[in-house]
Amino acid sequence: MAAKAHILIRKGRVIDPASGRDDVADLLIENGRLIRIGASLDAPGADIIEAEGHWVLPGLVDACVHLSLPGSGRAGDIASETRAAAAGGITHLAAQPDCGPVDSTAVVRLIREQAGQAGFARILPIAAMTQGLKGEQLAEMATLAKAGCIAVGNAGGKVADALVLKRCLEYAATFDLPVMFRPQDAALGAGGCAHEGPVATRLGLPGIPAVAESVDLSRDLLLVEATGVRAHFQQISSRESLRLLRAAKKRGLPVTADVSIQHLLLDESALEGFNSHCHVIPPLRSSDDREALLEAVADGTIDAICSQHTPVGSSSKAAPFPATKPGMAGVDTLLSLVLGLVEDGKLELPRALDAVTAAPARCLGIQAGQLETGRLASLCVLDARAEKDYGEQWLSAGNNSPWRRSVLKGSVKLTVCQGKVSWLTD
Amino acid sequence: MTPTLAPSSRVQLTEDGKLRHFLTTEHLPRSLLEDILDTAASFVDVGGRSIKKVPLLRGKTVVNLFFESSTRTRSTFELAAQRLSADVLNLDIAKSATSKGETLLDTLRNLEAMAADMFVVRHQDSGAPFFIANEVTPNVAVINAGDGRHAHPTQAMLDMYTIRHYKGGFEGLKVAIVGDILHSRVARSQVHALNTLGAEEVRLIGPKTLLPVDAEALGATVFTDMAHGLKDVDVVIMLRLQKERMDSALLPSEGEFFRLYGLNNEKLHYAKEDAIVMHPGPINRGVEIASEVADGPRSVILNQVTFGIAVRMAVMSMTISGQDSAPAGGAAHGS
Repeated sequence: MAAKAHILIRKGRVIDPASGRDDVADLLIENGRLIRIGASLDAPGADIIEAEGHWVLPGLVDACVHLSLPGSGRAGDIASETRAAAAGGITHLAAQPDCGPVDSTAVVRLIREQAGQAGFARILPIAAMTQGLKGEQLAEMATLAKAGCIAVGNAGGKVADALVLKRCLEYAATFDLPVMFRPQDAALGAGGCAHEGPVATRLGLPGIPAVAESVDLSRDLLLVEATGVRAHFQQISSRESLRLLRAAKKRGLPVTADVSIQHLLLDESALEGFNSHCHVIPPLRSSDDREALLEAVADGTIDAICSQHTPVGSSSKAAPFPATKPGMAGVDTLLSLVLGLVEDGKLELPRALDAVTAAPARCLGIQAGQLETGRLASLCVLDARAEKDYGEQWLSAGNNSPWRRSVLKGSVKLTVCQGKVSWLTD
Repeated sequence: MTPTLAPSSRVQLTEDGKLRHFLTTEHLPRSLLEDILDTAASFVDVGGRSIKKVPLLRGKTVVNLFFESSTRTRSTFELAAQRLSADVLNLDIAKSATSKGETLLDTLRNLEAMAADMFVVRHQDSGAPFFIANEVTPNVAVINAGDGRHAHPTQAMLDMYTIRHYKGGFEGLKVAIVGDILHSRVARSQVHALNTLGAEEVRLIGPKTLLPVDAEALGATVFTDMAHGLKDVDVVIMLRLQKERMDSALLPSEGEFFRLYGLNNEKLHYAKEDAIVMHPGPINRGVEIASEVADGPRSVILNQVTFGIAVRMAVMSMTISGQDSAPAGGAAHGS
């Protein structure tokens, strides 16, 4: 199909959590813009997508992915990973600044150019908060924001010095830039590769205690309160962190949070047999933590569900567990796995879809994740009943997923990203 | 939706329940652990013969693959293999050369090309022998000679042999394991083996800095006080304390550790009168154990070493037998 297409999507079940819409309707896209949603629309000359029995959803917004750029040590490139994202119905991806690092306009330009040329999904770069992610000197946040970064953060690189962190937050607040935090106290987590609990004890794996996250989160929240900066906490993994987040939200702090889909589906027991595909940071925690995370998504304490997509090649996982590279590839399976939570009765459908569409967009402060007429269309059409074989149809260059050879429910038939068709199956 | 994973027993055993690899004492059936002890018993007197060899592994090649140095353990495995008439290749591989997974795999592939029949693996990372067992070609056995903090199953089995030798069995036994439980692969393997073999109670004793969280989940009772922990036990197993624990803020000093957790005759008094004292060696005299105990009448430390060769011969012969019975191409790959 041509770019900026005229497309009529007919008789799909249109679900838009942002507006509360859930009914069968037609959607008309003209010159890339979503013009109308209504019954029995007519559009001579438009490409027709018969969506009867299918779902029409806003394009997914993934609040946390790790980019593949040369030198990042990850598998694939921006084209391969955004293509995998498009096939999974994702149209917007917020990318961590740890691929370069993203602390110069040249790197931002490179990312935007590569994503633009590939044309599968929109990359929203998060700028490094400190130069080289070293946690010592402020990065040129305002310049990086002007170049296209939507927020600042330090990814896994810690800002150990509380005074430097306070200044980072004050500086970001000057320009109303949201700050992305990934809480984990470096000393408490040092050397660890698994949740400090009974499984790590049995397997003899060095542990990362849950308190490593909540100690750091406590400090971050106090500094957010002191500086008034907008804050988004990523990859929350423990019950104790949720208690802190609930209290912060109750106090009216401008904070949001996300969790990865794998932390909602798996716990420490997934490490049995030294399964290196389940080596992720933060580690998969206890079943009690997992239950708490599901409750927190349901009640909105956790706003968004992300993929935490970290594509690494098979050789990076072919080693003894502690020596493997942490991370899991996730853009291929994000939507199917979220729908699996709904099917298992863990989440209501509207909240589950909100957590991968409108909610992450709100967290990131971007216009996306909803079916809004008059804007460039970003949406996907899903056959929710179809089964997809992730052995045959795996697109990410990262082979590192425990679901890599699974058959999961839900298959995306069409993805439109900012008015352009980015994925279409027969 | 949860991915399916291979339990350790599936990796270790053949379809008909024979020992294919020996990676951990966990999840192995009691009958198999008893088989190891019984087979070891048949090898104990080999060392006393004029010709200290049996032909069970004649024509087989055993590679001692030590990514972490250990002269003592390697020597006992070497001796065990030689007494079984195997050809033995010793490889001490520096950590720096294998810090990346690719290199470990490459190393493995090269060794396979030399037509090895068995790898005896010691590695600094927990799970390394599992990884190797899942990667090796069929008909190569892997024996874990100590991986990270995870397991040291042959050491545990020689300790079981020693306990059975002196106590006649495991029923009703109370066994205390004392010291650095957190970093001890030996302790983990001992707890699993003791529970499987029917010991009444396994106790872990140490300061909280050297006890792993949820240690009870291993199947043990946890104590931080020697007087309580040693009360009426039949066996006291002391663990070696690494000097670096003092530098990493886990302990204030060797002196305080010895005062609180070092085994002397006074503390041994809490145990049963006929309790035996064990230690995997090498001993730090005056740190984890006093000379009066190490050299005393209840110490069976040197006998452990003797039994260790027989136990390793047993495990080597049983895994080779398991390999021979495994169907070609029947590698039990984990995830």
